Parts: sequence; C-alpha cells; structure tokens
Amino acid sequence: MTEYNFAYLDEQTKRMIRRAILKGLAIPGYQVPFASREMPMPYGWGTGGVQVSAALLTPDDTFKVIDQGADDTTNAVSIRSFFERTAGVATTTATSEASVIQTRHRIPEDALTENQILVYQVPIPEPLRFLEPRESETRKMHSLEEYGLMHVKLYEDISRHGHIATSYAYPVKVEGRYVMDPSPIPKFDNPKLGNMAAIQLFGAGREQRIYALPPYTQVVSLDFEDHPFEASKADHPCGLCDATDSYLDEVIIDDQGGRMFVCSDTDYCTARQAAGHKGKDAA
Amino acid sequence: MEAQTLSGGFDNPAVQSSHAFRNIMEAMARPGQIHEIKGAEPPAPLSIAGGTVLLTLCDTETPVYLAGNADNDEVRAWLAFHTGAPLTGPSRAMFAIGDWKALMPLNAYRIGTSEYPDRSATLIVECAELAASGAKLRGPGIKSQAALSLPEIRAFQSNQALFPLGLDFIFTNGVRLAALPRSTEVA
Ligand SMILES: [Zn+2]
Repeated sequence: MTEYNFAYLDEQTKRMIRRAILKGLAIPGYQVPFASREMPMPYGWGTGGVQVSAALLTPDDTFKVIDQGADDTTNAVSIRSFFERTAGVATTTATSEASVIQTRHRIPEDALTENQILVYQVPIPEPLRFLEPRESETRKMHSLEEYGLMHVKLYEDISRHGHIATSYAYPVKVEGRYVMDPSPIPKFDNPKLGNMAAIQLFGAGREQRIYALPPYTQVVSLDFEDHPFEASKADHPCGLCDATDSYLDEVIIDDQGGRMFVCSDTDYCTARQAAGHKGKDAA
Repeated sequence: MEAQTLSGGFDNPAVQSSHAFRNIMEAMARPGQIHEIKGAEPPAPLSIAGGTVLLTLCDTETPVYLAGNADNDEVRAWLAFHTGAPLTGPSRAMFAIGDWKALMPLNAYRIGTSEYPDRSATLIVECAELAASGAKLRGPGIKSQAALSLPEIRAFQSNQALFPLGLDFIFTNGVRLAALPRSTEVA
C-alpha cells in the first residue's frame, strides 16, 4: 500500500490536466491555461512536465527522463524515481524501450515512433514574452496572428550578427497558425519537431500552460528568404563514439583546459560505443 | 437509490481512468484511429465507451449536456453519483453526449473565443456504426490520409473552417471510440 495517489496527483487534478492536454492536441501550438499544482520539487525541476507525465502515465508504461540529453543528472534521476515510486512504472535509459520520455532541453537523437510520447519541461512557454511582458497583450497578438515583431527581433539579430543568433528556444510556426516556443532545445533539434511520429506535449508549471503537437504536424522554424533557417551543429565528430550526426556538448576533461566534444544524448553515445564506434578521445 | 446508480463506475478509478485517458488522448492525437476503452457500465442508452469518457473527463467543474434519449433519470443519477457534473443545456456545456441528431444544432455549443479557443465544447457522439472508412481525413495527427465513418461531412467542414475556434468530437460505439478535433480537414 502506497501513501501516494497513483502518479501522485489527485484524480480531479489529473482530469483538469487531461482536459487541457486534449484541447492542446485539438489546437496545435496554442497554449492552454491550466491550474498548476504544487509538486514535491522546485519549479526549476520541471514541474510542468512532471504534471503532464502524471496525468498520462499508466502502470504499463516504461518511463525515461533526460536532462539536456543525460539520464543520470540529479534532476533526471529524481523524476524517474518519483514515478517509479508513485506510479509503479518501469524505467529505462534506452530511448527505444521507453513509451513515455520526459525531457529537459533536448530531443533524443534516435527517431521516435508512434508508440512513444515526448513530454517537454518548459520554463517560459510564451515565445512573445521578451517582446511583450503582458499576458493580456500576448494573447491578443496570438489571436490576431500578429507575429511581425517576432520577425523584427530575428531580423535585428541578422543585422547585428550577420546571422540569426538565437540558438536555443528558437521559435516555430505550427501548421501555419500559432507561433510556439519549443522550450530551450538547441535549434539543432528544431527539424525533429515537425512530422514526428510521436505525440509531443509541453508543460510549463510556473507559467501554468500546456501545449501540444500531434504526430505528423507541420512545424516550421521562423526564418527569412535571404536568411533561411539552419540547424547549426559543431563541425567535428563526437570524441567518444565518432558520430557526425548528433548534437555535441563541450566537456572539460582536465585542469589544463583540455576539452572534448561528446554527444549530449548519452544513451545514443553509449549505444554507438557498445556497437564498436570509437572517437578520437575514447579510452 | 437504484442499484444501477451506485454500480457501473470504475472499480479502480486511478488506474482505469489512466488507461482510458491514454486511449482518448491517442484518439484525439490521431484523428480517425479507432481505440477501445472500458471501465464504466453506464445505464442505457449510453455506450460503455461513452460512459467511460464521461467518467474519465467529467467532474463538478464540467457542465454536461445530455442530449435526446441520453437524458433520462437513470443516466442523470448515474452521472451525478459518479462524477458530480452539473447538467446544463448546450450553450454552457463543456461536454455533450447523445446521438448525432439529438446533439443538433451544432451552433448551440461554445466554440471558444479568439483568445481562448480552448473554451469550447467536446461532443461525444454515440454512433450506430464506427469504421475506418467513409469520409477522408487530413491534418495534424494524420500521416497522409485517414478515413472515418462520420454521420455527415458538411458539418465537420464548417467546423474546421472556424479553426482555431470550433468543436471537438469523440465518436463512440460499444467499447470503441475515435475522435475528430477541429483541426481535421474532412472531404
Ligand atoms: Zn557520441
């Protein structure tokens, strides 16, 4: 007998979140307000994602949590064990074995399938927030599709830096209608957002918003004819697994300033090394 | 109180509603795809799937409209006992259930506002048949094309034309359901 409700949240709260998820799926990219609950972890720890996961997990799920691509950070480990304890779900670090993946700041390198759900932890759901602090105004801008300022801001980047400097939380337009913040994923991940086989759900706890991308939804990164969107990536392979197609983190390896570039998706990198791929920094 | 009122709910609400929700969510995310849900045994004429959707999504916060012969004493008592949902007419309903004809006219329901398009009704349409054939569906959630036996076509085209406003539909038959959000193009 557990002292918690199944998946921690009470049934009424789960129903409220479930209704918000359904409306989010019906209106792709639109931010549905919901009454966020206190969770037994600080806001910075992805309480929005945790509440979305709590509302959709069943005891049959296999759950994976990644924090900037890694399964073993304090944040990822504690969210994983939270649902092991409260929902009795199996957990995994293997992307291909997971039915539900909660993520902070990355999309796994392996293509997701129709049998998977990706839940994003979102700090700031409103892509127009830095242009307009008032919620009443940003709501109006979305309702009128008034996205000109967003383009102006990106274009200012171009005139200042010669290219669009925004490299995280790069805004996208969903099905030609809503401009959406994909959460602080690197723009390298943006092309994976569209036409994905898996359901994508976004939860912002502090800001009390849920939004969604159904499978096979059209998602376009904002850009300009003379400056098309580019999913930048480092121009060298992973130091451990030699992958040339993955997103890399720079890691300091000694106190002499030595550094190497390794896959941020640790499951992807580990699996490649296990399959015999070896980078130049591999032991 | 009738025995039927007290029975016919979930034996294990947290777990049964989690399974039911997942199937409802998959259905809404993949328009036209048929899923099975069970757990509720509602009074006639409600289907098991229709009753299970109500138990999974409705409570004291969600006004429900019982349309046509779905509105009877047994259904009222059952819904009140298991969900506490207040009964209402179409104009204030967050959920409505009944057969297609009884649910008419569609312009009686809330379609949301331009700033809050989510404040719109979800209609649970009890169907005599439900098959992945008939009307052609395209849009978010659909890889290339899907098909679903809709009660008509025109109404769903008009509804889609309202996007991002509009109604969302769940079609039920026995233990099966499929969904059609406002985003789906119907031909
Ligand atoms: Zn690697």
